[in-house]
Amino acid sequence: MKELRHLINITDLTVDEINHLIEVADDIIDNPEAYQDICAHKKLATLFFEPSTRTRLSFTAAMMELGGNVLGFDQAASSSTAKGESVSDTIVMASCYSDIIAMRHPKEGAPFVAANHAEVPVINAGDGGHFHPTQTLTDLMTIHRKKGKLGGLTIGLCGDLKFGRTVHSLIEAMVRYDDVKFVMISPEELDLPGYMKETLDAEGVEWKETRSLEEAMPELDVLYMTRVQKERFFNEEDYIRLKDSFILRRKMLEDAKEDMIVMHPLPRVNEISVDVDDDPRATYFFQALMGKYIRMALILFMLGMK
Amino acid sequence: MNIDGVNTGVVLDHIEAGKGWEIYNLLGLDKVDCTVAIIQRVNSTKYGKKDIIKVDGDVDLDLDILGYFDTKMTVNIVKDHKLVEKVKLKLPQTLTGVIECKNPRCITSQEQEIVHKFRLSDPENKKYRCIYCDVVYKESK
Repeated sequence: MKELRHLINITDLTVDEINHLIEVADDIIDNPEAYQDICAHKKLATLFFEPSTRTRLSFTAAMMELGGNVLGFDQAASSSTAKGESVSDTIVMASCYSDIIAMRHPKEGAPFVAANHAEVPVINAGDGGHFHPTQTLTDLMTIHRKKGKLGGLTIGLCGDLKFGRTVHSLIEAMVRYDDVKFVMISPEELDLPGYMKETLDAEGVEWKETRSLEEAMPELDVLYMTRVQKERFFNEEDYIRLKDSFILRRKMLEDAKEDMIVMHPLPRVNEISVDVDDDPRATYFFQALMGKYIRMALILFMLGMK
Repeated sequence: MNIDGVNTGVVLDHIEAGKGWEIYNLLGLDKVDCTVAIIQRVNSTKYGKKDIIKVDGDVDLDLDILGYFDTKMTVNIVKDHKLVEKVKLKLPQTLTGVIECKNPRCITSQEQEIVHKFRLSDPENKKYRCIYCDVVYKESK
């Protein structure tokens, strides 16, 4: 019997596997009709213990465009978790009704617990401030489509680097490509966690920290903005104090490279001013679209179909 | 005070004074079916005071775990009254059910039945990370 594959952290995939997913996603974009019935009679369970718009919708759209079906819930209150059911029991139950599971949970490590009990592949669709590998695949796909490469880039990560799981996963993915440099732009309280700095140093990656977005701007090939997430704070005062630390305005792009791209995992609150949307460097809505294609490729891969 | 030597079993020597009971509980020595002696606050030329545990019986103990608590401890394996092996303790690669993750965002904080497990991430600084949330374990002061 073939060993079950799960995707908890982006590092569960090799660089070759990521490149393969990107190739398949490229092919899906070019030949959508070849994939429209490929998952007929397959079911994706979307178990979202925490609200989400993009991730859940893109998983749903991805499975629908592959001709499959989707079932699940979109908040813990509408599942048996509200009655005290454990993650492992919920997953064993969901394994009975589906061929593959995409799971989001506010507690860090919950999808790892799920993977230890599931009888079908589990995809981590975000666990607290920890990992969000499918957002990373989305980001890699976006960078690939816009820059034509994944190596040789200087990437600015701006905003909440402490709780920002998208940032952590993106770093873990990008350190495996050649000649990638990082510029960390955050308030001191939202600095990158120690374990991520350890990863960067262990990989011998060039990185630096700054408190000024303007100062970092001219050298960046990619500017990755993130939201300061209210749900990650135990103390509202801290959130209010830090939420407006970095706001990207169109005028600030004057010093940026012509071909730099501005990315954001969305939703944004006010960290990217709407006047940036019309700038050709604004890539965040394109990024959301890429999320659907790469998730289609991932579902096929996890089901052993591509 | 006289305590007999071990025929076949294990002698844990140079345990930090006062830690004997902790080690006793950690190894589950309350459950073994053989003679066990804890000798506390013995004079030691090396450390001033030390604890010693003697286990007289052929029991299977998870000695790897001891490295987490005290790499200075001496573990002597005895057979037929003869010292046959001195086990050199080192930090174990994983710790299962020994320490508990204190990260309130970790799934282990919500689901009590999950066994806490840590992996050694930085041997030089004795850092262990929770396998679920990756947060470093910090000992209470």
